[in-house]
Amino acid sequence: MKITLSVNDDAYPLDVEPRRVLADALRDDCGLTGTHLGCEQGVCGACTVLVDGEAVRSCLMLAVQCDGVPIRTVEGLAGPGGEPHPLQRAFSAERGLQCGFCTPGFLMLAAGALERDPALGEEEVAALVGSNLCRCTGYEPIRRAITRAARDHQKGQDGRHLSA
Amino acid sequence: MKPAAFDYLAPRTVAEALDALAAGAQVLAGGQSLLLEMHLQRVHPDLVADINRIPGLDALTVSDGTLTVGALVRHRAFASPGAVPGPLGDLFGRAVGYIAHPPIRTRGTMAGSLAWAHPASEWCALAVALDAVVELRSTRGTREVPAGEYFRGPFQTAREPDELLTAVRYPLLAPDTGVAFTEHRRTGFSFAQVAVGAALTTRDGVITEARIGLANCADRPLRAHAAERALVGAEVSSWAFAAAGETAAEQDAAPVPEPYADVDYRRQVIAVLVARTLREAVPV
Repeated sequence: MKITLSVNDDAYPLDVEPRRVLADALRDDCGLTGTHLGCEQGVCGACTVLVDGEAVRSCLMLAVQCDGVPIRTVEGLAGPGGEPHPLQRAFSAERGLQCGFCTPGFLMLAAGALERDPALGEEEVAALVGSNLCRCTGYEPIRRAITRAARDHQKGQDGRHLSA
Repeated sequence: MKPAAFDYLAPRTVAEALDALAAGAQVLAGGQSLLLEMHLQRVHPDLVADINRIPGLDALTVSDGTLTVGALVRHRAFASPGAVPGPLGDLFGRAVGYIAHPPIRTRGTMAGSLAWAHPASEWCALAVALDAVVELRSTRGTREVPAGEYFRGPFQTAREPDELLTAVRYPLLAPDTGVAFTEHRRTGFSFAQVAVGAALTTRDGVITEARIGLANCADRPLRAHAAERALVGAEVSSWAFAAAGETAAEQDAAPVPEPYADVDYRRQVIAVLVARTLREAVPV
């Protein structure tokens, strides 16, 4: 099927089989390998991306379902000059990653949550990080990083809107 | 694994979807269980009908004391306070947080949970406890099946392969109903080992109506009829709730052993959780 994926404001005209899941289309057809695929069963969350602004498992959506729908991946987080997104800075500052396999998924999970509710509280963050699996850093630094990004954003220490 | 090859249709009307189902299509709504099953190659349809582009199926409406949940209403809708009025909305709001995690709740649908019929499903247990009615449509017509007759076993329902689960209807709960929902599971990620939803009404300290739904306490969702009968007419007391828990565990439940929860353990958890849920459900 001919579809056009709109990823990070770039158009990718594709010819995909209906069985192609969004994660595979992003990685193999668009060449955007920042999105990782772990379990392919909706459990690990490594493949989390934003579809129409919402964090979803890209292994549990078909690419053909996303024809013309705005998609954001981890490649779209950094600013136009390549400066890291506030979440990426916070993950670095809080040592929120080790092997890094789960990181793109956590970043997009958090980006979706913060765009939905910039006043994300500590309890919500604690519940949120349970959505994805991390097998080396543990959840505490990731929780701290997301909380820090949310707090910095609310204080306005960051000149740029989270969705920039 | 990857899903096996299939043809894809995105019907724009219910009638088109029903034609596709008559031709053997599998329905794709939220996709959070269907795509999982297709990845595991437990389901391999030749044709998938994606109903997400059919207008109107995402409606959540209340009229004449009945809540109607369309096939595309996502789990997350029930997390919004006021989405469903009164104690019914309160009960749904308490249950929804136990369903998977936020990204799954964003896509997955209540109707999809009922169509999948996982024995541990929170929504399925509430559907039987609350006397929900499942609306099934096909090119042959429309029929309504009470939730109590709809679930036939693990992942087995009264739905015929060519039927679309278009809506689920629930009678609203009276404003003075107290509700609670509790769940026991190994980790935040796990399916429920046991989940219990309850709705209670009382008058002058005496229980006048009790509804208890049990998830993963048998090969299908259950309503704890024996425990409910024991409660109606009893005075509100921890003793009555503990006895109801024992009754639910021994008479209503038919636990299936699981790797981390054998039958004795599950009966123990059911008794404790039913009593706890009832205590929390006492109307204030």
